[in-house]
Amino acid sequence: MEFHSVGVWNSVLTFSIAFKNLYKHQPNMKIMVAVKRVIDYAVKIRVKPDKTGVESQNVKMSMNPFCEIALEEALRIKEGGMASEVVAVSMGPAHCVDTLRTGLAMGADRAIHVDATGPLYPLSVAKLFKALVELEKPALLILGKQAIDDDCNQTGQMVAGLLGWPQGTFASKVVLDKEKQLATVDREVDGGLETLCMDLPAVITTDLRLNQPRYATLPNIMKAKSKVIKKYTPQELNVEIKSDLEVLQVTEPPKRKAGVIVSSVDELIDKLKNEAHVI
Amino acid sequence: MALPLRSALLRQTATCLRQHGQTAISRTSQNAALQRLLSTLAVLEQREGKLNMSSLASISAAQKLGGSIHGFVAGGNVKAVAEEAAKVEGLEKVIFVDNSAYDKGLPENWAPLLVENIKKGGYTHVLAGHSAFGKNLMPRVAALLDVQQISDITAIEGEDTFVRPIYAGNAILTVQSEDNVKLITVRGTAFPSGAAEGGSASTEEGADPKVDSPTEWVSEDLAVSDRPDLGTAEKVVSGGRGLKSKEDFDRVMTPLADALGAAIGASRAAVDSGFADNSLQVGQTGKNVAPQLYLCAGISGAIQHLAGMKDSKVIAAINKDADAPIFQVADVGLVGDLFEKVPELTEKLKSS
Repeated sequence: MEFHSVGVWNSVLTFSIAFKNLYKHQPNMKIMVAVKRVIDYAVKIRVKPDKTGVESQNVKMSMNPFCEIALEEALRIKEGGMASEVVAVSMGPAHCVDTLRTGLAMGADRAIHVDATGPLYPLSVAKLFKALVELEKPALLILGKQAIDDDCNQTGQMVAGLLGWPQGTFASKVVLDKEKQLATVDREVDGGLETLCMDLPAVITTDLRLNQPRYATLPNIMKAKSKVIKKYTPQELNVEIKSDLEVLQVTEPPKRKAGVIVSSVDELIDKLKNEAHVI
Repeated sequence: MALPLRSALLRQTATCLRQHGQTAISRTSQNAALQRLLSTLAVLEQREGKLNMSSLASISAAQKLGGSIHGFVAGGNVKAVAEEAAKVEGLEKVIFVDNSAYDKGLPENWAPLLVENIKKGGYTHVLAGHSAFGKNLMPRVAALLDVQQISDITAIEGEDTFVRPIYAGNAILTVQSEDNVKLITVRGTAFPSGAAEGGSASTEEGADPKVDSPTEWVSEDLAVSDRPDLGTAEKVVSGGRGLKSKEDFDRVMTPLADALGAAIGASRAAVDSGFADNSLQVGQTGKNVAPQLYLCAGISGAIQHLAGMKDSKVIAAINKDADAPIFQVADVGLVGDLFEKVPELTEKLKSS
């Protein structure tokens, strides 16, 4: 605990100064971004033979693609002069630090790692984020719309609910008005787009089309090594990790029967009409 | 209905036993569990006074659970929608809240609204469709109730045991929830909606906490189309990067969709390149479809795309690359240039 006591005091000081300005004029707007370490999207996953989960040993891990988009958006907001600091946060085992380094190399100013082992469901992650938000007082929390491993699509909405903040989910465009402390968010909904306007602080979750994330350059990867990653445990944040869900089994999806290759359009129509009876 | 209910209760009893061990407490909670009956609130969607039929999937999922099922609708002048919903088979009661503040489905006021009505009704399960509305709202409700929501279920194995795809559908997870209220979103294509007629539920006004929303709805830009809805269509034709341009996409795919009476879908590559609208994307991050026929052209078959369509009954693929992964899941494959084959197919379908 004592190794970052100075850091804690610093953050208490900055926090009390920032707190006074938070909801009116805000020259030093901070953005917090959630990043999750997941199995790389291009990996063809394998289910473990004992059906307890999927094989994650010796498998390439990366930052969840939606989190990259979230971080990119935060960096663009900062580069547009609308924010002063971007803090990347990751939760889970020690290896999450690698993902945070990637985030720092992309341009995040500093990072926070919440060191937690065992299954972390979105509700627990949301509670940890709420605790961090209360500590760090960001004006904007940006997350990806879903993680490509559990495909839950819950964490952002849950944090917003716990904080009582507005939520702009599945965002494909975000425009901030610093003067009025408003965010205008275009959301991807069934059948098209919807535009919402919300007060800051707010939670935003990113859809694919929000932006194209940048690559970390070599000099920035070097620079990222000296940036600060602060570590917390759930206990330090006073969050009890409940495990509400019990995994009974993980299985392979049913295999489709091998199909046939036909050589002409007539044959294709024949198969669909007379064998499959679908046209 | 008696059987699933009984097995659900047995399962719940088993859960209690595992939690508390063989103690006096376990016997009382066992009794409590046996006395506690299942009751489900199915959150239904409405738009400008019309019930959204695809949201009825949560009712058919609820029927698999057993117990009583109440529907829930909210919005301005929603009484007529409530009466429409009352005719849906399987519902015992429709709870409605008439307040135009709920018209746009903003989760900031919808979440407290649902929490209030869930508490009032003492429901054991709350189900909503895994639609843009359900995905946006339900986790917020879950957080307010301090329960871990279960997303996008494809099967129900018991009162507390649910099946859902993970890793873009490449693994199937069975989970058990010990939360006292189960909050669930339902994959529409996995639970076909039942009859919209034939039911005779009562209607009842629900509680309205009238929480102000810090979010203001500004506008929307929805694609208007006479085609069947992509998520529920019987037939879907889908195009990918191989279509080359938006003009080609429209020129080649639209007549094929018309000839089949199919909805149009697209791969992420086609959407990102601007060939098709975002709302047409099929895949892990777009829509999940499970039509009778999924006919795709110029789609290689990346795992993220397969996640959204591999439950289709029949998959047909046209692609010039014989090694494209799509042919591993296609029931019928045709190797060839789509600019030649698709128009030929369209003509032959029209003339037959």
